[in-house]
Amino acid sequence: MVKIGVLALQGAVREHIRSVEECGAEGIAIKKVEELKEVDGLILPGGESTAMRRLIDKYNFMDALKEFAAEGKPMFGTCAGLILLAKNLVGHEPHIGVMDITVERNSFGRQVDSFEADLAIKDVADSFPAVFIRAPHIVEAGSEVEILSKHNDRIVAAREGQYLGCSFHPELTDNHDLTAYFVEMVKEVKAKQLV
Amino acid sequence: MKTGTDRVKRGMAEMQKGGVIMDVVNAEQARIAEEAGAVAVMALERVPSDIRAAGGVARMADPRIIEEVLNAVSIPVMAKARIGHIVEARVLEAMGVDYIDESEVLTPADEEYHLYKSDFTVPFVCGCRDLGEAARRIGEGASMLRTKGEPGTGNIVEAVRHMRKVNGQVRKVVGMNEDELMTEAKLLGAPFELLLEIKRLGHLPVVNFAAGGVATPADAALMMQLGADGVFVGSGIFKSENPAKFARAIVEATTHYQDYKLIAELSKDLGTPMKGIEISSLAPEARMQDRGW
Repeated sequence: MVKIGVLALQGAVREHIRSVEECGAEGIAIKKVEELKEVDGLILPGGESTAMRRLIDKYNFMDALKEFAAEGKPMFGTCAGLILLAKNLVGHEPHIGVMDITVERNSFGRQVDSFEADLAIKDVADSFPAVFIRAPHIVEAGSEVEILSKHNDRIVAAREGQYLGCSFHPELTDNHDLTAYFVEMVKEVKAKQLV
Repeated sequence: MKTGTDRVKRGMAEMQKGGVIMDVVNAEQARIAEEAGAVAVMALERVPSDIRAAGGVARMADPRIIEEVLNAVSIPVMAKARIGHIVEARVLEAMGVDYIDESEVLTPADEEYHLYKSDFTVPFVCGCRDLGEAARRIGEGASMLRTKGEPGTGNIVEAVRHMRKVNGQVRKVVGMNEDELMTEAKLLGAPFELLLEIKRLGHLPVVNFAAGGVATPADAALMMQLGADGVFVGSGIFKSENPAKFARAIVEATTHYQDYKLIAELSKDLGTPMKGIEISSLAPEARMQDRGW
């Protein structure tokens, strides 16, 4: 069974772990840097990206996260997690900066503008219940990035090799299709490493 | 595409879990809070301990202050409306505030009815002392709960009482048979359907933060250990000698609430915390937690 970590500094950690377990993988909350060594893939959950960044710096997570990425292990960022993965942020310095996308924060407006919408996500679902909360979106994607979903002409889900990112919160619904897609990515990478 | 659904409103609070929400009275304090790692700020005209000291009627903050804070930070901004004050709440919603606290810290506008929060697009947080009160607020549409505690006292005892009470009652409901829940609903003054939902889920359907009396990093960690989803800190931070350091310490203690060596480290040299008030010395009319029902 593959082990998938959920960065547990702040945010919707429990929901992601439940979703990972529903998909038949083991979910582990990662609170300390050394715990990253135990997992095959990592989910960066929704939450407040500025608060997470502060704790990432405080506990020296940044180098370990970049190393995790450099080892080719899959990473999945949802909402704030997408912001952490992006190489470029509109108006801010990037965080982990590994996925070749430009992301704009709070780009759909404030909380009163937060919404639910059904999305078609390539290779995942024809109709996926997506919950957008003060959500970011992908303004620009590099040539190697595969766009998985758009909402009102804005890119809201994408994959680049080992990286998967979305603007919305799959962990807030009972639909585990997108998590299952990520679990498959982790299985594929792990199988290759064993060969 | 739907806005203002339960999932969107409750989900916003889910994203705040494990974090600290800080009271601020101006843009500068808001920036210090954001820099320290707050997940949201509560924009106020006065922190609770000053409201207590000032006396008189406490109302929604001057919209100028709220606007200043909204423009100063990228994290969510909350603001307080008086219990039952429909127009204060609508004004805050129109200003684009991310969350409204229908709060007993302000003087109630209605002593009988709370707001019908389901009518709003903006989500609400409300205080509770027990499961009955929690369930009534959820029934009215609250998307997030917090303990009432006793605000502005720097004394954690009431928040501890309320957190233990709610969680104990939730455990009891989860362990009961369905045929016992109607009687429990009657005793608690709680909507029956909500008790059924709590039994099915095994927990409250919304997050429950600690609030009202958190004065030290150890207080914040204590509340997390008792099952709080996160922490509101009111007067404690900007009434301390070094607010930035104090704010960072509270954030870290909340994240690593079981790392006692760390809490020892970050509790060093924080300066004098707020003096605090012994609850039994409060006159009955000075008890904010008894406002609302």
